[in-house]
This record gives sequence, structure tokens and C-alpha cells, in this order.
Amino acid sequence: MFLEQLLNGLTLGSTYALIALGYTMVYGIIQLINFAHGEVYMIGAFVGLFLVTVLGVNILVALVLAMLSCMVVGMLIERVAYRPLRGKSTRLSALISAIGVSIFLQTLLALLAGTNTRSYPSIFNSQTFDLGFAEVSLLQIIILVFAALLMIGLQIMIHKTRIGKAMRASSQDLEASYLMGINVNRVISFTFAIGSALAAAGGVMVGIYYNAVWPYMGMMAGLKAFAAAVMGGIGSIPGAMIGGLTLGVLEIMGVAYLTSSYKDAIAFGMLILVLLIRPQGLLGKKITKKV
Amino acid sequence: MPILTLDGISQEFGGLRALDGVDLMVEEQQIYGIIGPNGAGKTTLFNIITGIYDPTEGTIEFLGQAINGAKAYQVAQMGVGRTFQNIRLFQKLSVLDNVRMGAYGVTRSGFWSSLLGLPRSQREAQEVTARAEELLDKVGLLDKKMEYAVNLAYGEQRRLEIARALALKPTLLLLDEPAAGMNAKEKVELMELIYQLREQMKLTILLVEHDMNLVMNICERIAVLDYGRKIADGPPQEVKSDKRVIESYLGAEA
Amino acid sequence: MDAYLTQYIDPYYLRLLVLIGINIILALGLNIITGVTGQLSMGHAGFMSLGAYTSAILSMQFACPFWLALLAGAFVAALFGCLIGIPTLRLEGDYLAMVTIGFAEIIRVFLNFEPGGKAVGLAGIPQNTNFVLVLVMVIVIVYLNSKLLNSRIGKAWYSIRENEIAAEACGVDTTRLKVMAFTVGSFLGGLGGGLYAHYMFFIRPQDFAFMKSIELLNMVVLGGMGSIPGTIIGATILTLAPELLRVVAEYRMLFYGALLVILMIFRPNGLLGDVRVYDIRKRWGRKEVQANADTNP
Repeated sequence: MFLEQLLNGLTLGSTYALIALGYTMVYGIIQLINFAHGEVYMIGAFVGLFLVTVLGVNILVALVLAMLSCMVVGMLIERVAYRPLRGKSTRLSALISAIGVSIFLQTLLALLAGTNTRSYPSIFNSQTFDLGFAEVSLLQIIILVFAALLMIGLQIMIHKTRIGKAMRASSQDLEASYLMGINVNRVISFTFAIGSALAAAGGVMVGIYYNAVWPYMGMMAGLKAFAAAVMGGIGSIPGAMIGGLTLGVLEIMGVAYLTSSYKDAIAFGMLILVLLIRPQGLLGKKITKKV
Repeated sequence: MPILTLDGISQEFGGLRALDGVDLMVEEQQIYGIIGPNGAGKTTLFNIITGIYDPTEGTIEFLGQAINGAKAYQVAQMGVGRTFQNIRLFQKLSVLDNVRMGAYGVTRSGFWSSLLGLPRSQREAQEVTARAEELLDKVGLLDKKMEYAVNLAYGEQRRLEIARALALKPTLLLLDEPAAGMNAKEKVELMELIYQLREQMKLTILLVEHDMNLVMNICERIAVLDYGRKIADGPPQEVKSDKRVIESYLGAEA
Repeated sequence: MDAYLTQYIDPYYLRLLVLIGINIILALGLNIITGVTGQLSMGHAGFMSLGAYTSAILSMQFACPFWLALLAGAFVAALFGCLIGIPTLRLEGDYLAMVTIGFAEIIRVFLNFEPGGKAVGLAGIPQNTNFVLVLVMVIVIVYLNSKLLNSRIGKAWYSIRENEIAAEACGVDTTRLKVMAFTVGSFLGGLGGGLYAHYMFFIRPQDFAFMKSIELLNMVVLGGMGSIPGTIIGATILTLAPELLRVVAEYRMLFYGALLVILMIFRPNGLLGDVRVYDIRKRWGRKEVQANADTNP
């Protein structure tokens, strides 16, 4: 029973982690809390849904296409709503702009797709395996494996490719990177693209797993994933992964062993606790201010 | 009695030992200079004196009172004013308001007094304003008093910071590179200003500077830091000809 | 009282005015915390909800006189503001924002409690708020705000926003003042919440969700951070906008979202963020020979 819940938690946590990565990468480079990121996750779920149900596309292809389209969405958002503000105004105005985008996208999807909750056709849902100590569904395995692959892929890209190096440099010192000849605009766009793709994947997976896709799903998931990123250490990629997985597990455990009515409070309670004890999160760096 | 005594001050940041066993004694109304290459720990020393950092080791005494571990605002209230290496003005406040803010540490009206506009707070406000205008006049910025601080020229901003520090009615004034970015004429004016302030306000002045001309001219005593350690301490003539100082900082004398 | 006024003013507009007034009070509270002192609070709705529920329950279940219930609500909110403030105000900007979000969300979850009618909400709150009361309160609060923000304490708050380290060097106990700002701001938040509850007759936890905090934040940012007239204008515009945009009905949130982005791009400091009373007077008085430039902004 416990292991089953653990697995449930990890599955949920993987989706949080995928979203959290987008938050953490963007914050690492431009210190912006991208409030619109939850909406990208939601759009991913919808695009996948549309492709599968209306166009009858194979689920795997739909997933990839959803990721690709959200890359474009993410880059567009950056270009339109954040870049004009970069360097010119306070962080708060960029935040408000992000919120504006978030509201816009939620409403747009609500208008386009209606506010009803929709679901993916069940593809993998029914199959379960009995491992003796736990019962695990095929879907869970697929999600866990796929999420793991994506995260491993991200780590490889960050550490082994040129663009990855540029991303790391930019998150350490944006101005210095610019002076060193790194095309900072390109790196930022790329960061948004990658983060959005991961969030889209998370969206599709959640859509399939929980059978629920609706225009306001990005709000709560986004807030929680953001809390997860902060707990892991905002700006730290492994931190976002750990934070997301941990949050998922804690939430499921909390629901299973405590009470389900306060499940949302668990995420935020944890967040506050972590921030009070260790503000830089688990893996974040402590920033000492130069006086 | 010395105004300020530092005894065995050491400061560690993570693995880095920014200051190592620094001793210092500043007498009343002295103009004391601290020089050294970049990264030698000068600003760190200032930050420790003003309570922004707690020293890892060592003690600090100001006017006979130990101030280790005192918070920055407490040290300010005790009468230690300072300016900053990277100018830290209240950009969106007016020049006048910047200086008036400096007087916060020596005024008392609290929340209720301020909210209800009680006579005490009104009286204090008037006094503070009058004094702020005096100080602005002294540094030559009175005509710009309603400008946003951010709109001032660089040299003017430095003078404004000094005026603000003076509003605190300090006994000890710490100036962190006050002449940085100034031209020759401004530097001469600055030197005169520092002398004036010392005379008129009975100030003790501790000064970090890179301009050797200014330092040698104006300081009565100079301490030299290098890699966190004090390598010399004495009147300008002595320090100027000290071998270690020349090697590490001044370069061979012409 | 309102019944009398409706002879002269359409009740729809009267209602709008009351809501504007309540939002002004709420926004002024947030203005103190975020606009003036620079502490980003994205959980102001939490304080509002504390005031709303406390006063509502006192009114309904303990037959508390209205003014007392209101005050009690405001005090509860202020108490929480103070308690939250103390441990969290040593956190840097963004982290503080995150904690405020978390705090507001937790409150909202706990508002699903029995005496509060759980998710269904609380109905039957006596409708004690009326236009005249709100008008008087707004005037008084604006006046007091103005006094406070021009005083030693107010300027100290501004200095914390501008440069916290320099403020400390001026002798400002920044932690204490930040907690003070939070307490005063949340007091006003609770007050607004109480007025809201006793006007709407019915409240539920989702009235005070994250979006509400964002709406209030937008009022402060739109109007110009730290500016009292700016906050009033921001509150007015953003209370009216959804109503005026009712014309475009379902598209109105679309416009609202786009509006925020556009405003931030073209006027990031808000409408009145860069304007001081002093500058306006200076421009008007340019014709005359000006001798009295010694009014403080």
C-alpha cells in the first residue's frame, strides 16, 4: 500500500518536476517568475487532446507535436511580453506582465475550448501489473520512464552541448555572458522553448493520467510546481526535479494518510517551512549581497 | 580616549579569509586613511565597523562600548555615519528627503505620533528640515534640493551621500572612496570640505581612498591593508616609504 | 440610507461606488506594504478574507455590533500580518512574495471550515455597509494615509524600498518598520474585508483566491507604486473595467490580461508613479515668479 502511494506520488511528482524545470530555468537566467508557465502546461494538454481526439493522431506523435507547439508558444510569450521590459523596468512590472499573459491565455482557451473538463481517450489506463508488493499501472510506468528520459535528456543537453553551456553561463552572469559574445537573446528564447516543451509533456501526461483537461488547470498546478522549484532551490535544475518529485510524494502521502481536504495546503505549508528554514531551498546557492 | 578600537578583527566568508587579525586605533578628531589594493578588505572592514557583518573574530569598541554583533541601525544610532563605495542614495526621493532620512537615527517620533500629526512630530520635522537645508548648503546642493536624487551628476551624488551621513549627527564618519570619479578641482573641494567638517562638527573621519595624493595630503595617519592583513600603520611619510607598502601597492617611488 | 440615495443615483452605480470605495481601502493597505515599503505581497486577499470571515461570524453568530465586528476583523488581520511578518521579512523580495502566496493559499484552504459554512460559504451577513459609511471611511483613511506617508515613518518606509542597506545606515530598524508596514497594511486589508462581507451579504473562500490578491496588486502597480492618488485611480479603474467591459462579456478577461501586458510595456511605473504633487505645482506656477518651493512632495 505504501509503495503504491509512493509510486502515485512519484508519478504526480514527475509532472510537477517537468513544469518546475521551466520555472527554475527561466528564473535562473532572467530572475522572472514566469506566471504564464502554468498556462503553457495547460495549452500542451489541450493541443495533445486536440490532436488525438479530433485529428486521430497517434498519442506519441501528439505528445511530440504538443511539445513543439508549446515551444513556439513559450518563445512567443517571451518575445511579446517579457523582452520589451527587460532591463528597462522593475521585476514587479515583468511579473505583472506575466500575470496578464496568464489571464489572457486562460480566457483564450476557455473561449476556444469551453470550460468543461475534457478527457483523453483511454489508451493505457486499464492495464496494471501486480508486482507482489504493489500494483502499478502501465500508464504510471510510461509516465515515469518518459519523464525520466526527458530530465536525463535535459541534463545531458545542459552539460554536454554548447547551448547548454551558454545557458549555464547566462544563469550565472547574464551581462558577462553578453560581453563574452554569447547571443543572450537566443539563449533566453531557447530556455523558454525547452521549459515550455517540458511543461507541455507534463500537461499531456496529466491529461492522460488524471483524465482531466480544462482551461484553468494551469493555475493550481503552476503554483504548486513553482513552490516545488523554490523548495528545491530556484535556479537549480536538479533542485526543480527533486522538489517536484518530493512535492508529489508528500501530497499523495498527505492525502492518503492525513486528510484530502487540505491537500493544497500541504504544498504551500512545505514551501513556507522551507523558506523560513532555508530560503535558498535544498540545492540553491546562498546569495550574499555585495555591500 | 580613542574613538574607535579594533582588536584582532578577522572575517571569513565561506572559505575566504577577507580580514586577518586587523588592529586599529582611531583617536578623536583624527583623519585616518585606509588604503590598499582592491580586494584587500577595506570595504569589508567598513562593513564590520558599521555592523553590517559580524566579525568572525575580534572585538570592536566605539566610544568605549563594545559593538560586536550590534545591528547596522544600532551602530548608526550610536553615531557612526557612512557613505558607500557604490553610491547608495534613495533614488526616487528628493535630494532634501535623502538628507532628512539621515536624521532618522536621531529623531524619535513613532507611529502614532506620525499618524496623528502630534506636535512633537511636527516640531521634529521642522528641525530636521532646517538642519537638512543647512547641510545641503554646506555641500553646495541647496539649489537642487527638490530634484530626484537619481538625476544628480555623479560628483553631486557623492556630496549628497556625505550630507546624508552628516544628518545623523555622527561622532565618527566613514567615507568609502568619496573621491572616486571626481576631477582634480572637485577633489580639492572635497579635501577642503573634509577639513571644514572636522573642525566645525568635531568629527573623527575614517577614509578609504585610492587617490594617493588626496590620502597623503589629508590624512594624519594611514593604515595599509593587503590580502586582509594590515601591513603598515603610521603617519603618511612613514607609510609612503615603507618597503612592503611600496612593493604591494604603491609601486617603486619615482 | 442607501435607499434614500437611490432616489438620486441609479442603484447600479451606487453599488459600483461602494465597491470602488472598498477596493480603495484594500489597495491603500497593499500600497503601504508593497508600493511604499517595497515588500512584494501577493497574498493580500488572505488578510481581506480574515477580516471578512471574522467580522461576519461575529455579526451573525455573536450579534456583535457592526463597528465592533469590523474593528475585530481588522485586528485579526493585523495580528496575522504582524505574525507573518516577523519571521518572513528577512527574506529577499521574490522569496517574500512566494511566502505571501503560500500564506494566502493556506488561509483559503482553512476557510473551508464548519462555522464558515465550508466551501459553500457564509450567507445571511447583515448588510450594514452603505455608501455614506464607505465614503466617510475612504476620506478618513486617505487623509491618515497621507499624513503617515509624509511623516518620518512614511519616509523611512520609502527609504527601505529605495535602498534597504542605506536605510539601516541612517538608523532605520528595517525589520521593525517592515513588520509595521505589514501590520498597518493588513489592518486595512481586514477592514476592507469586513466592509466587503457586510455588503455582499454572502462570502465564500474562492472570493479571496489568488486572483483577488493579483487584482489588488494590479491596482497598486497600475496607479503607481507608493502614490496615494495613484492607488485611488488604480482601484477605480480596475473596479470599473470589468463592469465597463461587460459589453464584451466573455472577452473581457481577454482584454484585461492584454491590458496588463500593454500597460507594463508602455508605462511600467504605473500611471502616477513618476509624478509628484510638487512637480505638478511647479508646472502650474511657472508663470508666476516662484518663491515658495519649500513644500515637501
